[in-house]
Amino acid sequence: MTDQMTPPPALGCRSAPVLKQRGQREVFCGLTGIIWLHRKIQDAFFLVVGSRTCAHLLQSAAGVMIFAEPRFGTAILEESDLAGLNDAHAELDRTVQQLLARRPDIRQLFLVGSCPSEVIKLDLNRAAERLTQEFAPKVRVLEYSGSGIETTFTQGEDACLASMVPVLPKTDARELMVVGALPDVVEDQMLGLLEDLGIGPVTVLPARNIDSEMGVGPNTMFALTQPFLGDTHAALERRGATHIAAPFPFGEEGTTAWLAAIAKEFGVSDELFNKVTEAPRRRARQAIAQASEPLNAKSVFFFPDSQLEIPLARFLTRECGMSAVEVGSPYIHDALHGPDLDLLPAGPQISEGQDVDLQLDRCREARPDLTVCGLGLANPLEAEGLSTKWAIELVFTPVHFYEQAGDLASLFARPLRRKTILGVAAE
Amino acid sequence: MKLTVWTYEGPPHVGAMRVATGMTGLHYVLHAPQGDTYADLLFTMIERRDHRPPVTYTTFQARDLGSDTAGLFKSSCQDAYDRFQPEAIIVGASCTAELIQDDPGGLAETMGLDIPVIPLELPSYQRKENFGADETFFQIVRHLAKPMDKTQRITCNILGPTALGFRHRDDIQEITNLLYELGVEVNVTAPMTAAPSDIAKMGQAHFNVLLYPETGEQAARYCERTFGQPYTKVVPIGTGATHDFIAEIRELTGSTAELDTDRLRQTWWSRSVDSTYLTGKRVFIFGDGTHVKAAARIARDEMGFEVAGMGCYNREMARDIRATAKEYGLEALITDDYLEVEKAIEALQPEMILGTQMERHIGKRLGIPCAVISAPVHVQDFPARYSPQMGFEGANVIFDTWIHPLVMGLEEHLLHMFRDDFEFHDAAGPSHHGGHAPKPLEPAASEGGSMPAEVAHVQDGNVIWLAAAEKELKKIPFFVRGKARRNTETYAAEKGLGEISLDTLYEAKAHYAR
Repeated sequence: MTDQMTPPPALGCRSAPVLKQRGQREVFCGLTGIIWLHRKIQDAFFLVVGSRTCAHLLQSAAGVMIFAEPRFGTAILEESDLAGLNDAHAELDRTVQQLLARRPDIRQLFLVGSCPSEVIKLDLNRAAERLTQEFAPKVRVLEYSGSGIETTFTQGEDACLASMVPVLPKTDARELMVVGALPDVVEDQMLGLLEDLGIGPVTVLPARNIDSEMGVGPNTMFALTQPFLGDTHAALERRGATHIAAPFPFGEEGTTAWLAAIAKEFGVSDELFNKVTEAPRRRARQAIAQASEPLNAKSVFFFPDSQLEIPLARFLTRECGMSAVEVGSPYIHDALHGPDLDLLPAGPQISEGQDVDLQLDRCREARPDLTVCGLGLANPLEAEGLSTKWAIELVFTPVHFYEQAGDLASLFARPLRRKTILGVAAE
Repeated sequence: MKLTVWTYEGPPHVGAMRVATGMTGLHYVLHAPQGDTYADLLFTMIERRDHRPPVTYTTFQARDLGSDTAGLFKSSCQDAYDRFQPEAIIVGASCTAELIQDDPGGLAETMGLDIPVIPLELPSYQRKENFGADETFFQIVRHLAKPMDKTQRITCNILGPTALGFRHRDDIQEITNLLYELGVEVNVTAPMTAAPSDIAKMGQAHFNVLLYPETGEQAARYCERTFGQPYTKVVPIGTGATHDFIAEIRELTGSTAELDTDRLRQTWWSRSVDSTYLTGKRVFIFGDGTHVKAAARIARDEMGFEVAGMGCYNREMARDIRATAKEYGLEALITDDYLEVEKAIEALQPEMILGTQMERHIGKRLGIPCAVISAPVHVQDFPARYSPQMGFEGANVIFDTWIHPLVMGLEEHLLHMFRDDFEFHDAAGPSHHGGHAPKPLEPAASEGGSMPAEVAHVQDGNVIWLAAAEKELKKIPFFVRGKARRNTETYAAEKGLGEISLDTLYEAKAHYAR
């Protein structure tokens, strides 16, 4: 089933030296994940226990207010809550009662820890247990930390999913669990492909609502669709489940490799695999070829943001003809990122963590054709004449699997196309 | 603990950032955990700034908490000094850093930097963004401004404009020009556009123009006490207020310079025949105190609207807005709880909202047109074109902005005439809006609020609408339907009626006719 695949590079990046610096990090904290998680898990409410800063972050990152009925909010700590922790617990109970009375449709409540709640050591675990007892069976209360002192951007989703693993019922069935929040349309495509391959039963974490029946146990095989799920990976292994390591399903190559690893585990014949994947692979290659034309022979520089950087660098270098100058990631986990690093041709500087001023110096020095960075850096770099792609859009847009491969290439190509169009118009 | 969905103001250190980012040559070293850098995007994305805000975040993480966060602060401060070479540094803590009590001010002082280091005390768990900006600007002035001889010609400082302010960029230009026409030169505009070396020269002005009390009042009072500079009390938003402001400047300076008011079109635009449809429209006004007060005057005296409700989110202005509301025969709504504002609007069913980005959202949900008059604002409120709120051009801009969301003039009459026309029906919205038509009121209202309360309806559940009356109600255009429903129900309740018939509907219409 691998006969049509581009061979891996003679030398990949898995054993390349990693540049580790620390200083100012220009990244979001894990609370940001609430913005997509609350749309994904449709009976859940996310209650941040934090400060005015947390509330302000959420609405700023959400583009101020794009959702009519947000299922997230912040219990803002006030001076009096800092004075005594017992009172803070009583206050939290009161706030949750108020919330659940207003929103009778809520079945799952996530208490989300923040920097201030962690520093004052407000025990949300204890609060979640207490509140679960109070509101059972109607509402399940879980907790995780989305604080900046513990989590970077997409690690918030990781912490959220990891908090759900211990409460999954035990099962001995041999099942595939696919882990990672995907847009519904993409998730349905993926489930369709797996069904056509005859793989099942398949469960998805996070499920769209609490009533979906899923369990975990020693016969559960799981695959990750997002490269930032390190803690969830560990939590599932603790429940006895086995990880199917694979490159992540971005682009035609990544999707095929991801499906192939699962197909191998579930004993799917090469013949069936080729039959199911042939048409979408052809479409994906065609779409990428069209969309990636402006990217060919261009250089790209990744600032650390979402942990999607390594798989995306693999996609851009191997499928879109780009060369990578630097690939920065907030964190690198060999178990998760290794297969993509194997495929990423040696050459780029791999960096983990950040000192943003030093990294900006390197970026200005290299003058890449395209810089992938966060919202705080994009306009200033554009003003310096560097084309940028906002990294957050890669998390908010359907980009996984075959049918989105062309869209993914387009996301990177658009800034370069714009530069060409506006440049021509200016002459 | 307070449950919050959306906030009108950020934390106080964001106010300090607005001051620092508006200025040049100043750097802000902020003791803050990873993630607080989100605030950069307010400036680079919402305001489309082409530079990063001059802020260094210490970015501490959990593993630092047990060790040396103080050392981390000092090394960040030294790095910022070396790299950015600022004229002065402000130092402070965000909400989390406040809890670990490292005392950034004290730490920075021990470093022996050869530039002014200004410590900020911004209590994150008590105060908010406007306070943060006001206090930061005050501390900068207190540390840097020196007593000086007054300039020979009459000059003033302009106080209050900051980065991320609602139309501050253009207000500065409009008011600077107006003052120039009156023979007054601007000495320093601050914080926006000023460097620390400019702040040092503030004492040489004869008086201060306080454009934004929210962010400049403490500094204005300080300058009055310390440099004997009186400051203006009128904020020149709207035609009447601009005239009052001019009178105040003449009083302060003795200026008798002629002013050309030819470009003020708002007064005629309001008096022209087409604007008759504006008369008596019920508006709800909400925002920061300064803009709300100005908007109420414009709405009633310059547009002919009826002010149906008003309020502000910044408690600092509560007393002023309560007094203003009383003049309009209203009770002011002073709250920073978005859900309370939503509830008030839903109950009042105004024909238009003059509010913030938040109220635009409420308006969208309830099908009520909304124009933005105040921060907080979003990217579309930073237009490329010149669009001040202040002065005569500001009055023109406000007229245009406020009527844009409305169904205009004859179109409104036609919608009344052809209620059930298959193409020209009211749910299609104003014809000049294309795809952005407001949604019909009914379905939205029946869903309750953003966080529906158990009893979301203002409607009295005991009153029953008979089918014929219900059908007739549906023929009323959406932009007055909510009001008609509410008036009829109130009328029925007053008359002790258990059901509403076609007659009741028209009795109520006659009762409330104006």
